[in-house]
Amino acid sequence: MPFWVELTVTVFLVIAGVFGFVGSYGLIKLPDPMSRLHAPTKATTLGVGGVLIASMVYFYATTGRISAHELMVTLFLLLTAPITALFIAKVHLHLRKTPKDLPSAGEGSGWASYTAAGPARGVRDFPRQPEEPAPAPATPR
Amino acid sequence: MRARFLPHPLLSFTLFIVWLLLANSLSINSIVFAAILGILIPVFTQPYWPDMPTLSRPGGMLAYAGIVIYDIVVANIQVALIVLFKPRAQLQPAWVTVPLDIRSPEAITMLAGTITLTPGTVSCDLTEDGRAILVHCLHAPDPEGVSAEIKSRYERRLKEIFE
Repeated sequence: MPFWVELTVTVFLVIAGVFGFVGSYGLIKLPDPMSRLHAPTKATTLGVGGVLIASMVYFYATTGRISAHELMVTLFLLLTAPITALFIAKVHLHLRKTPKDLPSAGEGSGWASYTAAGPARGVRDFPRQPEEPAPAPATPR
Repeated sequence: MRARFLPHPLLSFTLFIVWLLLANSLSINSIVFAAILGILIPVFTQPYWPDMPTLSRPGGMLAYAGIVIYDIVVANIQVALIVLFKPRAQLQPAWVTVPLDIRSPEAITMLAGTITLTPGTVSCDLTEDGRAILVHCLHAPDPEGVSAEIKSRYERRLKEIFE
């Protein structure tokens, strides 16, 4: 393997490692759950992206063929990362926030998390279930 | 009849290509199987996606992807600097409401995905009538500016592509 290939692969691996580390460190450092959500979504984009580029360069240099699997991994990550983040954000909105904590949704409408008719099927202990008003909590959150 | 057989031609084509890339071969086996998947999956998922999206400028998609990838890299570095060097007390997280001009569900989905992928912003919720999107910013001293940037940089382009 020529020197410049080794150098390129190394540089991309180190970049990926640094961003992966920063993403994990942010998970510890940032103060509240919504902010923490920002750090790991970053590690997937540049951290994993760096590893994938390094992998493509390495296999192209050693076997002479371009492997398509890295492109597929990138595609699936870009498709799934926002959905995971949205799920976590939604759970946070339902469990820890009320519409008063959020900016106005504009006239004549509300945020869909709160205006939807009822909890999704299977969510048994949903705190704001309209049919069964929850008893006064002993310790306010 | 054609609509029932191939409800989403673009989706069929994408599934075909993705399966060939996953199989990493051009043998007759994988081509036949890719064709089967490309026909069956759109048929079975059609109830969840009844309307065909209109793409007025499909070529704009490539330019859009380039801009998003560039922004992901730049914003990643910015967020890394914030995480590493900014003291907790100086962080100014903010909720921002971004009013939407685009109406097509596919365009709104792409905008929400883009907002989450570009670091520093996560899209969290949509209004019931789909006219505004709720965005959480990691560090936004100027929430109005974030909203304006999302609108001018991404939404304007998506509007050109989809409408």
